Amino acid sequence: MSQATLSLSRARYSLGPWARITALAVCALLTLGPVIWTVSTSLRTPAQSFDLPPKIIPTHPTAEAYRGVFSQIDVWLLALNSTLVTALIAVGQMITAGLAGYAFARLEFRFKKPLFGLVLATMMVPLQVTIVPVFLVLKSMGLTDTLLGLIIPAFPTAFGTFLMRQYFLGMPRDLGEAAMLDGAGPWRIFRSVYAPLATPGLAIVGVLAFNYHWNEFFRPLILETSGQNYTLPLGLVSLQGNLGTGSISVVLAGVVLSMIPAVAVFAVGQRPLREGITSAGVNR
Amino acid sequence: MTNTQVPAVRPRAATPAADVSRPSPLRTRGTRLLAALFLAPTVVGIVVFTVVPIVGSVVLSLFHWNVIDSPSFAGMANYREVFTDATVRVSFLNTLVFMVFAVAAQLLIALALALTLNGRMPGWLRSVFRSAFFFPLVLSAASISVVMKYLFNQDFGVVNWLIGLVGISPVPWLTSEHAALATVIIVYVWQQFGFSFLLFIGGLNNIPKEVHEAASLDGATGLRKHLHVTLPLLSPTLLVATVVGVINALQVFEQPYVLTNGGPGDSTRTVVMVIYETAFEQLRFGEASAVGVLLFVLIMAVTALQFRLSRRFVHYQ
Repeated sequence: MSQATLSLSRARYSLGPWARITALAVCALLTLGPVIWTVSTSLRTPAQSFDLPPKIIPTHPTAEAYRGVFSQIDVWLLALNSTLVTALIAVGQMITAGLAGYAFARLEFRFKKPLFGLVLATMMVPLQVTIVPVFLVLKSMGLTDTLLGLIIPAFPTAFGTFLMRQYFLGMPRDLGEAAMLDGAGPWRIFRSVYAPLATPGLAIVGVLAFNYHWNEFFRPLILETSGQNYTLPLGLVSLQGNLGTGSISVVLAGVVLSMIPAVAVFAVGQRPLREGITSAGVNR
Repeated sequence: MTNTQVPAVRPRAATPAADVSRPSPLRTRGTRLLAALFLAPTVVGIVVFTVVPIVGSVVLSLFHWNVIDSPSFAGMANYREVFTDATVRVSFLNTLVFMVFAVAAQLLIALALALTLNGRMPGWLRSVFRSAFFFPLVLSAASISVVMKYLFNQDFGVVNWLIGLVGISPVPWLTSEHAALATVIIVYVWQQFGFSFLLFIGGLNNIPKEVHEAASLDGATGLRKHLHVTLPLLSPTLLVATVVGVINALQVFEQPYVLTNGGPGDSTRTVVMVIYETAFEQLRFGEASAVGVLLFVLIMAVTALQFRLSRRFVHYQ
């Protein structure tokens, strides 16, 4: 009965389903349009890349632009740098956030509240505001213009710690208490009981870290001055600067190459990524 | 090992109701050591790379320093200089204008799409749309700005070709002082709206179905239902989306840096661009820190203001 009333009112007053779906499809096309254009133009020759109207399916697809990008910048080196930096940060953040999150959730110690307050408060501090002193700290450690200078400061993650604390708090206390009655010490309880349950939470931390640091531009721009330490976004922006507007398709080929890992993570880890972004998104 | 037996008895004496503050069975010396080890990387890292730099920013802002010569105390001189500097002032103005329009556009687009997507449609179609709208979030803002620079090119860009189809003459998107900031906003919103969109999708899913059914039975429909039922229930999510959106927008850098490098003139120069240029191109670390401190104060003030205003508008279930 109520079902009937409901569908009647929907049918009469809300946009018809087809109008709605068409509107969404147009918006989705606008959203993906630049990406589609990037891929299709990267498959054209540099000379054709200015052609208008843009052809979505290139008539004569060619890998010329991809050969061009490999000959003009050291893509392998950039990709290696980006991979090293991103992978180490992601693993490092999973470790630091997992450990600290567990301590805040399940261990008792003095100054727990003020320490957690400190961690939370730093979530509010934008990186851009502290970049000058961070640069000077790294300089005094001899870490400017090194990949380590990008990696080490990114290990602690206030947001990741917060997320993992919530995650561990959601696990039943009885598990640890039962293990303790069986004679397990605090380390065993963590290692054998709680840590194995934390994988989905750690996946969120890892995927978010990957997404953020693979695309990161501001810190590498400031820290890395010699080309051998450039990451992909930095290399692409400088490639674009060098070529001016000469050969779009070469630059776009580089952009497409740099997108592949991010798209792969999007495809495989969309769920943890979505959960991570919605659970606060302060990380961005 | 032996003393683990003693506290193990304690929780049985405590009533389960006093759960939160009850002494944990894990309060032993081993536990404290473990806690110290577990916390060390995070706490030391945060102190060295966030707490010290905040204090450092404030201290540096009181000195003249170019890294090469030794620093000299400047008192408030950096702040006076920064306040009267035309570029700094215009950068704050640009950033505020950017923030207002970018956040408003981002929220409106995201809300409209989330509400539309929430209507009836096949499940697979819904996930296709959802993926499409949040896809730009996984791309690099810097690389995508390189792409957008081509698309918005006045002479050979696809955007001008598209609007040419409906008879609009070419727009100097990136090369006119009047249009450049708007173009930066469009590019930023294109990439960022998916974030608010995901928040709204989550928020809408949390609204109990019965509420909508009750509203429909009472005769509320379409826009009216959204205005009086959905929006108030969504208001906590709206607050989060606005606060985070504003914080992010106030730090915008990649898009103007790649698209226009702050130009033409200073028309797209943002505060973070000024921090970057002052510190790392002109080596004026004191002045750059002063701008950083001002940006931090601005972010805190705007955030506090939003939470204050939210008491009147946000409705918690």
